[in-house]
This record gives sequence, C-alpha cells and structure tokens, in this order.
Amino acid sequence: MMKPVLQAEKLTKIFKSRGREPYTAVADVSFSLFPGEKLAIIGESGSGKTTVVNMITRLLDPTEGKIFLEGEEITAKKGRQLKETYKKLQMVFQSPVESFDPRRTLGDGIAESLINNGMGRQDARQEAIRLLGLCNLAPEYADRYPGEVSGGQCQRAAIARAIAINPRVLILDEATSALDVTVQEDILKLLTELKDKLDMSYLFICHDIALVQNFCDRVLVMYQGRIVEEGIPDEVIRNPKEEYTRNLIASVL
Amino acid sequence: MMRNENYEAGAANDMNSRDRILKDKKNNREILCYEQVDICYGEKQIIRDCSFSVQSGEILGIVGESGSGKSTLIRAAMGLLGNTGVVTRGDIWYQGKDLPDLSEKEMRKLCGPELAYIFQEAGSSFCPIRTILDQMYESVKEHQKTTKAQVRDQAEELLSRFGFQDPGRILKSYPFELSGGMKQRVGIAAAMLLNPKVLFADEPTSALDVTTQKQVVEEMLMVRETFGTSILLVTHNIGVVRATADQMLVLKDGKRVEYGATGDILENPQSEYTKKLLSAVPVLRR
Repeated sequence: MMKPVLQAEKLTKIFKSRGREPYTAVADVSFSLFPGEKLAIIGESGSGKTTVVNMITRLLDPTEGKIFLEGEEITAKKGRQLKETYKKLQMVFQSPVESFDPRRTLGDGIAESLINNGMGRQDARQEAIRLLGLCNLAPEYADRYPGEVSGGQCQRAAIARAIAINPRVLILDEATSALDVTVQEDILKLLTELKDKLDMSYLFICHDIALVQNFCDRVLVMYQGRIVEEGIPDEVIRNPKEEYTRNLIASVL
Repeated sequence: MMRNENYEAGAANDMNSRDRILKDKKNNREILCYEQVDICYGEKQIIRDCSFSVQSGEILGIVGESGSGKSTLIRAAMGLLGNTGVVTRGDIWYQGKDLPDLSEKEMRKLCGPELAYIFQEAGSSFCPIRTILDQMYESVKEHQKTTKAQVRDQAEELLSRFGFQDPGRILKSYPFELSGGMKQRVGIAAAMLLNPKVLFADEPTSALDVTTQKQVVEEMLMVRETFGTSILLVTHNIGVVRATADQMLVLKDGKRVEYGATGDILENPQSEYTKKLLSAVPVLRR
C-alpha cells in the first residue's frame, strides 16, 4: 500500500485566554495525503481549516495529536530541524501581494529562499528567472516589485517561490480565492502542470466547492473543528451523507 | 411621503419586484444614468465611453476581471475616486443632478440618505474601538434629527429582518467581536438605516464562504423587495449575479463589452470576452 507523504493524527487545538472559556478550534482531525494527490479541505469560515494548516506548517503548536511528513514525526520540531522540514513543505497564501516584501523585487523574494538553502547569489538569481519561466512569467518579472504586477501574476511568482526548493507537499490556503475566474483557471492549469512535472502533492484549502470538484482527487468536509465527511468530490457532492454537507452544497449559487 | 413612512410602506409592499421593475421601466423611473463616461487616474484612462442606466428597484450586476474598472465605475458616482481620479468626460445623472459636478458639500448630503456604498471588507469600514450602535447612531444623526433610542429600535428591527437572533447583542458589540460574514451583513443593515435609493455594493460577497454568501445575497434581495432600493453590484462571482441581478454589464479594460438582461447574457453571450469569462466559471455538477 502507498505510504502517505503527510499524515495528521488526532490533531486538536484548544485556545485558552484569561477570563474566557477555552475554545476548541480543531478536534480530533486525522487524515492522510498520498503522493501525487490533490486533497481539499472545505468548510465555512471558522470551521478550523486554517488552524489545521497552521498546525501542519508548525505556525501553531497542536494541543494534542501528531503530524508526520514522509513518515517522520514533525510535531515537536523547532529551529534548525524545522528549517529542514520546510524544504519538503511549502505554502501559497490567499493574498499574493501581501506574501511578498513590498520593498524587494519578485526575483529577490524567490532567490531568498534559495540563498537560505545554500545557493550562491548569482545562481539563485538565474534559478529565480528559470522558476518564473516555469510559472509562465517572462524574465523581466524578476525585476518588478509586488505592487507593479497583477494579482494573478503575483500569485504565479508566489508559486515559483514555493516550488523553488522542490517541496514534496504544497499547501494552498485559499490560493485562488482572491483571483477572478479567468485568472483562477490559468493558475489551476499551472498547478496541474507543475504537480506532474515536479511530483508534488497538494493540500488545497478552499471554500469554492465547484472548484474543488473540478480540481481535487479527494475532499474533507470540516464543521466546527471536526471532519464530518470525506470522499471523492463527485460522490460527496452528489450524495452527501451529512446534513451539514447537504446545506453547504445547497448554498452554492 | 416622509422617509419613515416610506420605510413602513416599503415593508408592507407585496408587489412582485420584477413586475414593479417592468412597471417602472414603462413609467421611465430611471434613477441613475451613466452617459458616455470616461474616467482617468492621472494620465491613465480607466473607463472609456461607458453608458448604462438603472431603474428604480433594479439590481445591476457589473462583472469583469480585476483591473477592468468595475469598482472605479461605481466609486465615481459616490465621489470616491481620490485625489488623482477624475471623470474626464460624460455625465452620471441621479435624479436630475450630474454627480461629478456636485460640490463636496452637496455630495455629503446625498451620501447616506440617497446613495450608500458597502465595501468588500466591511470590517475595515467600521471604527474598531466603537460599538456598532454608536457608529450607526453617528451616521443617522448626521442626516436626521433623532435619538440613540430611536436608532436602536430601528436598527434592532432591521437586524431582525436580516435574520439575526439577538440584534441587541450585535448592537452592543465591537466590530472585532463579529465574524467577517456578520460584519458584512451588519454593514448592509447600517447602509440601509437611512433608506437610500441606490446602494453600491463593491464585491460584498467575495471574502465570504458559500453559506454566508447565500445569506448576503438573500439580504440584498430582501432590501430591494422591502425598500425598493436600486443596487449596483460589482462582483467577479457569476453565481451571485445569476441569483440577484436583473441587468448585467460586462466590462473589459474599462469598456462596456456587453449590457442587457442577465438571463439573456448568461444564456446567449454575444462577445468573445463574455464567452471566455463564462466558460472559466467552475460549474458544480450536482
């Protein structure tokens, strides 16, 4: 049987603050992402999707549960060990312009991660231009600032930066939500091409159910911090088992 | 008729809205008209020769990709183009007044009671350190002689209509205590307190998940039904346009490429660009 590239085991996150009841944002979430798979997590705002992602990327420490990346537990990794983990796990954010430093060019932003991983400055610049080309952006975009390009072009550059160090898993947190439909279509085509070329797996966080049906292999439905349903998108959408999933699908305009 | 009577009358009005629009058209109840409008930011022309009109109680969906000039078009009517944006040619008529020619003082009188605007990020249009009621009271008393208690009663009634279970709690809340979807819905209610004749909505559903999107769409339809408000809805979500708009305007690079009844355009788009735009929309296969 194929081994999962990323595995979450009973992840739980409880937020505590003085004077307030503890709030359970994520409870007992378990799932596996297999090599080459495009796995979606859907659910309404506040359902815990982003908290799960933040635990996987270790931006938040889980209250309970374990995370495995290529079979190795990464739940408690810190510092240098965590930096090694990030070589295999990268993220693309919802707002591409805000994810780049506005004072540095896109080329510098992409080259930075390569330099941090030991590449020379000159080689990193050439590699940044090659990566931009892979994401269908001309070399001159390396010298542009984030504010000088469109949202779609900036998201392509953000993808170029994410794939720079050959990650095994790419987490796309609402990566197409801020883009309009024509640009969204282009980005999804690009992601499909890159996945095959670079042998990556995608964890795709999204609230656009139609897009998930057209793009992903498997879907998890989250509600109030728990996974309430999972399956192949066509089956979940056409034959939802849970009341919540039925309501979610009925809400699509 | 006074505004408050209008409010009551609107609530009681059970005439089918589409019938009303047809009747308004027959009676030529055009409320807003853009005539050959050009808009520039500095040297750069954003809108070119754009004409369309909106009837009383009509919802117009304005679609197009980012940078096509959708928001600029509605911002121009509200005088929200900033220091560098100018309507360089054409007119925007609202009940006999050419909006770009009005002074700042004249515009201030119209903004709120006649023309209202809701933003994509409703959260950022609220002051973070004041309660929702305080902010609603401030905007109403700017235009009407009123008391805080009157505004509270009016706001509670409106929020109840919007389906809020506990309007009193919402009014006592600070913006950060409400979710993004709630803030957006409260933003629409706040805009409707003065019963404006035209509501400009700039991507009001884009930052929301599907369930909240549906609520906002239902609330906009309710607003039109109850108050007879005309709505100009800027969005890149074709599903939202399909569910709400009577008329539809497709913009590309600041130019009008298609304009007509929503059903006709969605079923039978004429321009190549509209065809491409519609084909890019992911369709849910139920």
